[in-house]
Amino acid sequence: MNTPAEPHAHTFATPPAHPSAELPAHTPAKSSAHTPAAPAGKTAPPLLTVRDLRVVIGGRHILHGVDLDVAASGTTALLGRNGAGKTTTVRGILGLVPRTGSVRLDGEETVRLATHALVRRGVGYAPEDRGVFAALTVAENLRLAERPGAGEPAYDLVHELFPELKQRARQAAGTLSGGQQQMVAIARTLLNGNRIVIADEPTKGLAPKVVTEVTRVLERAAEAVPVLLVEQNLAVVRRLARHCAVLADGRTAHHGPAAELLADPDATRRLLGVGRGGHGTGTRAERGHTGTTAPEHTAAHPAARTAEADA
Amino acid sequence: MSTVVLLTLTGLGLGALYFLVASGLSLIFGLMDVLNFAHGALMSAGAYGTWWAASGHLPGAGSGGFGFVLAVVFGTAVGTLAAVLLELAVIRPLYTRPREQILATVGVGLAVPALLSAIWGADARPFLGPEALAGTFGLLGAEVPLNGLVLIAAAVVVLVALKLFLGRTRHGLVVRAGVEDRAMVTALGIDVRKAFTLVFAIGGAAAALGGAIGGLYFGSVDPEQGTSLLIFAFVVVVMGGMGSLTGAALASVAVGLVQQFANYYTSAGLGDLAVVVLLAALLLVRPRGLTGRLA
Amino acid sequence: MTTATQPRGETRTADRPFGPHTGPLRRATRWWPALLLVVLFIAPYSALPLPGLLDGPIGSPGNLQLLALCLVFGALATGYDLLLGRTGLLSFGHALYFAAGAYVTNTVMLEAGLPFALAALLGLLAGVALSALLGAVSLRVSGIGFSMVTLAFAQAGSILVQRDPGGVTGGEEGRAAPADKMPAALVGIDHTANLYWIALAYLVVVLAVVHWAVRSPTGRVWEGIKENERRVEVLGLRPYGFKLTAFVLAGALAALGGIVYLLLTGGATPQTTTSDFTLSLLVMVVLGGSGTRWGPMAGGILYTWADHRLGDLANSGAVAGLPAVLRVPLSQPLFLLGALFVAVIYLLPGGMARLPARLRAARTTTAREEATDA
Repeated sequence: MNTPAEPHAHTFATPPAHPSAELPAHTPAKSSAHTPAAPAGKTAPPLLTVRDLRVVIGGRHILHGVDLDVAASGTTALLGRNGAGKTTTVRGILGLVPRTGSVRLDGEETVRLATHALVRRGVGYAPEDRGVFAALTVAENLRLAERPGAGEPAYDLVHELFPELKQRARQAAGTLSGGQQQMVAIARTLLNGNRIVIADEPTKGLAPKVVTEVTRVLERAAEAVPVLLVEQNLAVVRRLARHCAVLADGRTAHHGPAAELLADPDATRRLLGVGRGGHGTGTRAERGHTGTTAPEHTAAHPAARTAEADA
Repeated sequence: MSTVVLLTLTGLGLGALYFLVASGLSLIFGLMDVLNFAHGALMSAGAYGTWWAASGHLPGAGSGGFGFVLAVVFGTAVGTLAAVLLELAVIRPLYTRPREQILATVGVGLAVPALLSAIWGADARPFLGPEALAGTFGLLGAEVPLNGLVLIAAAVVVLVALKLFLGRTRHGLVVRAGVEDRAMVTALGIDVRKAFTLVFAIGGAAAALGGAIGGLYFGSVDPEQGTSLLIFAFVVVVMGGMGSLTGAALASVAVGLVQQFANYYTSAGLGDLAVVVLLAALLLVRPRGLTGRLA
Repeated sequence: MTTATQPRGETRTADRPFGPHTGPLRRATRWWPALLLVVLFIAPYSALPLPGLLDGPIGSPGNLQLLALCLVFGALATGYDLLLGRTGLLSFGHALYFAAGAYVTNTVMLEAGLPFALAALLGLLAGVALSALLGAVSLRVSGIGFSMVTLAFAQAGSILVQRDPGGVTGGEEGRAAPADKMPAALVGIDHTANLYWIALAYLVVVLAVVHWAVRSPTGRVWEGIKENERRVEVLGLRPYGFKLTAFVLAGALAALGGIVYLLLTGGATPQTTTSDFTLSLLVMVVLGGSGTRWGPMAGGILYTWADHRLGDLANSGAVAGLPAVLRVPLSQPLFLLGALFVAVIYLLPGGMARLPARLRAARTTTAREEATDA
């Protein structure tokens, strides 16, 4: 349980090659849509298996049966347009919203567990709104994430990754910048030697420079612990994710290696609603959707995306 | 001058009583979004428990000296136990239905005074306390009753204890975090329901202590005492900003003083009205209460 | 987005606790309110005894008085539900507007010597003005803050009435209505039937007004506010004005109820100003089924009847003979009603109005299970 990541001095200086580059993109996207296969390239079973996850809130069906595998290593990205149900899926996995279906963590069925009981089995969660307690200090925010009786909290790691948080320990978290708050949120997930880290749009609303920093930290975290990453910024996905699942209208619409999806501009546009400016050849009708285009979250790195997609 | 001193101290005494009730209400509301209409019943449980023990039913307890201390401890314990029972049996099964939680406490708040008057009668019963606390003492020319000071002392002790608990302990940290974002607390692996029970126990203990010492202050106990005080405690909680302990303390003092002074310098009863006018005025100026926190 | 209409569908079902049936059965059940009205209208002429439910024949003055009270409270609860069940506002100060109707009417007759009709009009206006003024202030806070503020205002009113300023309210005793200012047909035990009909008329008026208001465009905004106030704001509407409309309308209906109550009981008493009075309205609404057409009325009638009958039960020989453990709690109607209230919240969410739907659901489930087994 309690195996914090070994501090690697080199990680920040020389980021490893893109994990996605190691994986051959051979699996046809369509065939895997409703039968998620084990992660390609490795035989290890998925760490987290979600089957037929359904969420109804206030009489509204938000999720109609989401299937999702989170690989036992590396980052799995959960993608989809705005309102596709990504955040609800994560909240459903954690039991923060009433849900039915099956959520297995390392083979153990957790759908009947209360949120806190599931989390104590080794889940770190950085929510979409960061979930930082504004009136509490940074140190208190971190202290809340400690789990008494579950081993020493890995403050060494947290302070190495986020030296700033050590300096600002006594500052009220509500007075931090958005990026710093995000670091508190991620730090809380890394304190406990969790078995899985779930990060919901960790780069949302952050300045490009901070996005890079958060991405590096997540990259580092993913070396030690599997990460489920909800993300709109495809540059971040490209850099971090090995596997991905795409939601559309509360269902799993696609499942497969991340690089393969991102390499296919048609699939990207169809599933994620992100076009490539004048490069796209498809028309609106071809998308098979109601035609609204999702906001261009990827605008910060258009050059990188175009270059890779064209390669 | 002596009148002002006397009014100030009795006003503070009344404010202390409000604080003892309102502190628990505010914490419970802040953490759980439950407006506890049964809080007056918890106070009555403390008052009746103390009165019962002090009238010689509990061995060792009595109306004087150490016996009275024991009676107060017993009454507080009764209130605490009642609060824990209330949380576990009535509130907990309704966690997913917040409106019904409030309604259920309304039901309990109606039933408990009725039960008390069924057992001990609807009339006020004389509440006997230690002789030493029945007197007055001279301060700047005023004859100040001692029992008001006991209330103030109790409120200050409770305030300090709660501040220490919230600021220095892990349970207190969980409560403060839960007031901000309950769901996130559970998402960090903490069973927030334990904090709920704890907050109810603390609130019940404070209210029961208020009931026990309030009996001394009023010189009698009756089944409706808690309910009538509860309304002013609600005013205090709204004025202080819900979930804020410091706000509740400030608002208690303000309400107690306004009530005493207005009742003395104008006709009796206008003080109670003045408090409501104060509340209305405050809400017009600052719709979120003194500390700016309102759900 | 087709799923968004689902909650509305549920509300509709709840609106018709005795439907929806299909075919002729449904057509027959649709007319039950009219049938009930006719039965209620001719009740004073009936000498039929209802053993267990009432002492003696229905038409006796004592029973008519009780029935009239039941109808008044059924109507009051219906009006109160305009706030709780239709707009989602939990007011703890409804007693104030009821008492305003009763006290202002009574005081104007006593002090200014005006005839009843004029005094009643002033009483109604006082209720409207008071609810407009206090609603405007208390609606500045939302959620539970609103509840607490309405409670504080009502408490202030209650204190004012009990302190008897200038001998106007009569303090804890209250004041009897002056018989010489009232129409002769509404005074005295011989005319109880007239009072009963007035109570029935009040109930019909309240049901009609609430029904009409809920169906109006404003009523649909109320429904939106109840479900999600934010969404109403997003649509560009200011919920404040709509909530205030509901508050004043409910206040006016309550004031009217206060006037009927004054006629019925022949005086204004401070018990009607207390927070317990409002809480009992709350109990009635929840008991019957908040947000439904007939639920609050049924709850009000049942509560009022139970309150009186339980009082009789408490003083009866059957209870006196019981051991203390049972006798003591049974001697307090309020204890029984409080306990019943808590029980309803747990065991019957949605109140009595949901009972038929729940029974039907249970039957369907059983049927489906049987079908699966087969």
